[in-house]
Amino acid sequence: MSNPATPAPTASDAPLLETVGLSKSFGPVEVLKDIGFDVRAGEVHAIIGENGAGKSTLMKLLAGHLQPSRGELRIDGETVALTGPVDAEQRGIVLVHQEILLAPDLTVAQNVYLGREIGNGLTVDDRAMNEGARKAVRDLGADIDPKAVVGRLSIARRQLVQIARVLLVPHRVVIFDEPTASLTPIETEALLKVIADIRAKGAAVLYISHRLQEVKEIADRVTVLRDGKLVATRQAADLQPLDMAKLMVGRDVAKLYPDHQAPADRETILEVEDFSVPFYARNASFKLGKGEILGFAGLVGAGRTELMEGIVGLRPGRGTIRLNGEPVRFPNVDASLKAGIVYLSEDRKGKGLLLAKDLGTNLTLAALGRFVRGLQIDRDREAAALDKAIGEFDIRTGRKDLLAGQLSGGNQQKLLLAKMMMLDPGIVIIDEPTRGIDIGTKEQIYKFIVKLAGEGRSVIVVSSEMPELIGICDRILVMRSGSIVGEVTGDEMSEDKIVVLATGVKTQEAA
Amino acid sequence: MTDLAADKPRARRSWRNIDLTAVAPFVALALLLVLGAFANSNFLSIDNLLNVITRSAFIAIIAVGATFVISSGGLDLSVGSMVAFVASLTIMFMNSGVIASPAMMLAAGVALALLIGAACGLANGLITTMGRIEPFIATLGTMGIFRGLTTWLSQGGAITLRSSEIQTLYRPAYFGTVLGVPVPIIVIFVIAAIGAFVLYRTRYGRHVLAVGSNEDVARYSGIPVDRVRTITYVIQGLCVAVACLLYIPRLGSTSATTGLMWELQAITAVVVGGTALRGGVGWIWGTICGAFILEIVGNIMLLSNFVSEYLLGAIQGAIIIIAMLVQRSLARR
Repeated sequence: MSNPATPAPTASDAPLLETVGLSKSFGPVEVLKDIGFDVRAGEVHAIIGENGAGKSTLMKLLAGHLQPSRGELRIDGETVALTGPVDAEQRGIVLVHQEILLAPDLTVAQNVYLGREIGNGLTVDDRAMNEGARKAVRDLGADIDPKAVVGRLSIARRQLVQIARVLLVPHRVVIFDEPTASLTPIETEALLKVIADIRAKGAAVLYISHRLQEVKEIADRVTVLRDGKLVATRQAADLQPLDMAKLMVGRDVAKLYPDHQAPADRETILEVEDFSVPFYARNASFKLGKGEILGFAGLVGAGRTELMEGIVGLRPGRGTIRLNGEPVRFPNVDASLKAGIVYLSEDRKGKGLLLAKDLGTNLTLAALGRFVRGLQIDRDREAAALDKAIGEFDIRTGRKDLLAGQLSGGNQQKLLLAKMMMLDPGIVIIDEPTRGIDIGTKEQIYKFIVKLAGEGRSVIVVSSEMPELIGICDRILVMRSGSIVGEVTGDEMSEDKIVVLATGVKTQEAA
Repeated sequence: MTDLAADKPRARRSWRNIDLTAVAPFVALALLLVLGAFANSNFLSIDNLLNVITRSAFIAIIAVGATFVISSGGLDLSVGSMVAFVASLTIMFMNSGVIASPAMMLAAGVALALLIGAACGLANGLITTMGRIEPFIATLGTMGIFRGLTTWLSQGGAITLRSSEIQTLYRPAYFGTVLGVPVPIIVIFVIAAIGAFVLYRTRYGRHVLAVGSNEDVARYSGIPVDRVRTITYVIQGLCVAVACLLYIPRLGSTSATTGLMWELQAITAVVVGGTALRGGVGWIWGTICGAFILEIVGNIMLLSNFVSEYLLGAIQGAIIIIAMLVQRSLARR
């Protein structure tokens, strides 16, 4: 593997990769049905679909992580049965996982070469690996010290290390599973360039994304999955993002963002003044009105999440917080919850839900006091609350005794929302409300958020997706390097304006 | 990718790259030496220091193995009982007289001890990996098994090496010196050097740290996670066997209480040495340093009058907690 990133020569005119009647069942449930599509050398082929449509399963089949129940997979026209990811890699099919799969305690170079270390006899050759890793990362347009410990890098940089690691394998088909979910616009731009590069070298790219605009920009062809079936494969040039959304959802998606009338003059509910979170946020001041939806935009690492965590008492912070004009202190989350402020973490799986527990347990966890009778938890009342939440928040679950971890990402987010609403909060802070969520569920989440505001609650939305902030917020504050650097309201709200503030550079330079 | 490239000016002064958690144990050792010198003027004498380090040999050698197990994300509570078990079987074999020549008998005994140690380690490894049992529980079980078997073999009494020829031949392994340096000290450094080489320089060592850092990542990288884990327990077993080989000539006898609580001392040495109990990081030389610290604290308490030596356990307990607090505050920087 010393000759990185050289695609093996492509053969004749058979498609590089082709599936025929590919199906996959888990137990009695068929999650993929008769998928037939092909990938040609030198194309970017996007796969889109709602959560649970079967995209990830399809990718896992192609990369050898799963074996199909029926149907076949052909490489260069020849039917193959992949025995595992290593087998797929040897055939030139590599997968960039959605989650960051790196060992946090090892260095960049050690991670890049993990499992395929360069060695001379008994020992590993660190110098060669450091050099190789530095070059591989530089090829992606970044400059990262190969000796840096991965756990100390930003998420975006870890993502790059992960991509560098994958591209080091001689590849013919590179599968990207939502690579831009945690990237900022500028990093996304750079990644799209990398993808164009891979295509230019004659390899194929399979690209999964929820960002339809991005798909439109980069893809040559688009395949749409819905409920485990292939709905259509089209030329990207023939599709507009709205057409893609229609195909994904199977109905008209006229409007993603619900109407929301901002109240003209509103009383201030929350006032934050000169609030700092050591190392992350400096002297942040802002006001939040009753029934207002306030957006926080900025690059990943701008300190938005940390500022919110500081305000609700998850991190030590300094400054003044006034609630209805009264100065308050939140030394811990318990205090802010009692004051009616809830915070929904961006890390649903890690910090929001107990994935190994059932839905009822998760739902009532934060408000458990209301479900206790005597010394016992009242199971009946818990079950009733779950029924109500399932209806109210449209949590789609086949059975009520599922574990939270068995729900799709979108339904997990709805469950988390339902859990926090149990507390009947006056102020709701939602961090990345729709990360990794399909378009149909997104629409629902936006409706919930607007409904909350309509009920007189105040909402803060932290998001890296500018269109959604513009779509639902009354006002957007932009953070850069730990400071609030500007505010956009009303007709001023545009991606350009936000990018200029978030990066501190003009858009042309940024791109 | 403008903002990535210019993320921060990369300050790469050599001193900033040093991992403070890795240095802390050595600083602590140095401070202890100074403290000891104040407590008693005999403390810094060559004789006393060589004596202290020699006595730390058992724990130091076992702790090298424990560093492998712990940095791969495992834990082995059975090492203390394993010492008693391996040493007892080895002595019984040497007493059996199946080989006439004392020298050959000794050599065979050494080989057997290593074999039994490796086998015990393999058992621990297979129970945790193939049996999918938490290492804490698995080795808690084998800890009882090894201890119980030893008690049964000795019928509650002692097992003593009977052949005086073998004893004479074997004695220098603990009491001998090479160029004035006691053999156990040489063994400590040889084992540590081998351990450091394997952990830092070989592919296997890299895989150990990867498995401890994030098992899923290791698995997705094509690393045979179970095999890597199992081998760490075998390494632990071999280290226990080496410690036994030094232990037998010292007293020439074992009993049901041999190696009691040694597992906790070994884990203490590893943790004080800067290795994270959650896995992913391993400091072999720090571990050795940790083992020295434990023994030196006891020695200082013995030589000085201001703390009763009966408080040794309490002091060692406090050391673990202080070490963890220091580690955490250093890691936050």
